[in-house]
Amino acid sequence: MTKNMIMGGLAVFVLAVLSPFWFNMVTTTQAAPEPELLGPAKQAKKCVLETYDMRANHMSLLDEWRDAVVRDADRIYVAANGNFFNMSLSTGENSCLGCHADKAKFCDSCHTYTSVDPYCWDCHTNPKEIE
Amino acid sequence: MTQKYLIPLAAVFLLFLVAYTGAGAGLGWFFGIVFPYLAVLAFLVGFVVKVTGWAASAVPFRIPTTCGQQKSLPWIKQNCIDNPDTSSGVILRMLLEIFTFRSLFRNTKAAFNRNASNRITYSWEIFLWVGALAFHYAFLVVILRHFRFFTAPVPSCIQFLEALDGIVQVGLPGLFLSGVVLPAAALFLLARRLFDAKVRYVSQAADFFPLFLILGIAATGISMRYFTKVDIVGIKEMTMGLVTFSPVIPDGIGGLFYGHLFLVSILFAYFPASKLMHLGGVFLSPTRNMANNTRAKRHVNPWNYDVPIHTYQDYEDHFRDKMIEAGLPVEKKE
Repeated sequence: MTKNMIMGGLAVFVLAVLSPFWFNMVTTTQAAPEPELLGPAKQAKKCVLETYDMRANHMSLLDEWRDAVVRDADRIYVAANGNFFNMSLSTGENSCLGCHADKAKFCDSCHTYTSVDPYCWDCHTNPKEIE
Repeated sequence: MTQKYLIPLAAVFLLFLVAYTGAGAGLGWFFGIVFPYLAVLAFLVGFVVKVTGWAASAVPFRIPTTCGQQKSLPWIKQNCIDNPDTSSGVILRMLLEIFTFRSLFRNTKAAFNRNASNRITYSWEIFLWVGALAFHYAFLVVILRHFRFFTAPVPSCIQFLEALDGIVQVGLPGLFLSGVVLPAAALFLLARRLFDAKVRYVSQAADFFPLFLILGIAATGISMRYFTKVDIVGIKEMTMGLVTFSPVIPDGIGGLFYGHLFLVSILFAYFPASKLMHLGGVFLSPTRNMANNTRAKRHVNPWNYDVPIHTYQDYEDHFRDKMIEAGLPVEKKE
C-alpha cells in the first residue's frame, strides 16, 4: 500500500462519514410537517385515542381493527372516552378519513417525512381520489 | 475473570442512566447537541490520526501470509487468490477478505479427543465466521437505514433498503430483519466469549465493552421502534437540525432516545481508541495487502543505509599470500 492510496482511501472515508452534513448542503431539505386538523376533525373535539397514544400506536390500532372487522365482523369501536367509532379507514363519515378529510396532510406528510411506507393503500383507496 | 465483563456491563448501564436522567433533568441540549458533535469530531480526528500514524510506519518486509501454492514453474498451478503475485490478485484477495471475511472462514479449533488416545485434533469451526458475517452486515444495514433521519426527502435507495429489510411484513410497525439478526449475532459473539473457556481466557474488558455497548444501542433502538414508542417526527426534526447545523431540541422526545443517542455518541468517540479500528486496519494488514513476488522481484529495505562492506574479492586481496601459504584455493593467483 503506497501512502497515496492510504490517504486517498482515508479521504473517501472522511467524506462518507460527513455525508449527512454535505448531502443536506447540496440538496434542498424538506422542513418537518406541522400537524393540522382539517375538515370535520376541526370541529369534533374527540378522537379515538389521546394525541400521544394516537401518535405512538395508531398502526397497532388499525391492525387490531382490521382483524376485528375481517375476522369477527365487529365494526364498532368504543373509545376510552365513551364515544363510538366505525372501525373503518376510508369508508363513510365516521371513518378515519371521513373525519380527517385530507389524506395527504393527515397521513402522508409525516409518513413521507420519516420514510414510512404503510401498506394500507395496497388495498384501500383514498375516498377523495374516487370522486 | 468476572470483572472483565461485569465492569463493562455496569459501565454501559451507567452511561445509559446518565443520559436518561440527565435529559430528564434539563440537560437535553448537552446529550442531544453538544456531545454528539464532540463525538463525531473525536471519531474523525482520532480515525485520521490513527490511520496516518499507521501509514507513516515502515513496512520493511514482504510478509504476506501464503495459503496456497505460490507462483512457480509453468506446469505447477498457482493459487492466484491465496498466494497472489500480482496487484490484481492482491486486490481480489483484499475484496474477498473485506466483504466475506475469508480468513475467519478458515478458522479451526484445537481440542483433545474424548477417547483414551487423548490426542489433540484440529477441526473446522465455522460459527465465528457465520456470527461475524451476520453481525457486520446487519450493522451495516442498520447504519444505512438510519440515513432516513439525516435526509429529507429520503433518497429512494434508502427506501428500497428499508423495503428489503422489512420484506417479511410481520407486525406493525413492520419488523426489520436486521433488527433481529444484529442483536442475535451480537449475543452469539458475546456468548462465545462468556461460555467458551479458551475464548474467555483471552477476552479482556476492551472486548466486552463494545459488545455491551452495541447491544445497549440495539436494545434501546428496538424498544423505541417496537415497544415503548417515541415521537418520530420530533426526533427527525432534531437529527435534521444536527446535520444542518441549526440544532433544535423539540419537546417530548423522551429519555430513552437520549440514552440511545448517548450510547451511539460514546461508540463513535470510543471507536478510534479501540479494537474497533479494524475498520481501517483491515485495509492495512501487511500479511494480506502484499503480493508474494519475492522470487521475481528484489525488495530492498527502504531504510537501508550504506555500511562499509568487505567483499570476498577484497578479502582475498588482503589475505592472498597467507591463503596460498596455507594451501587454500584462491580465485586469482597473483
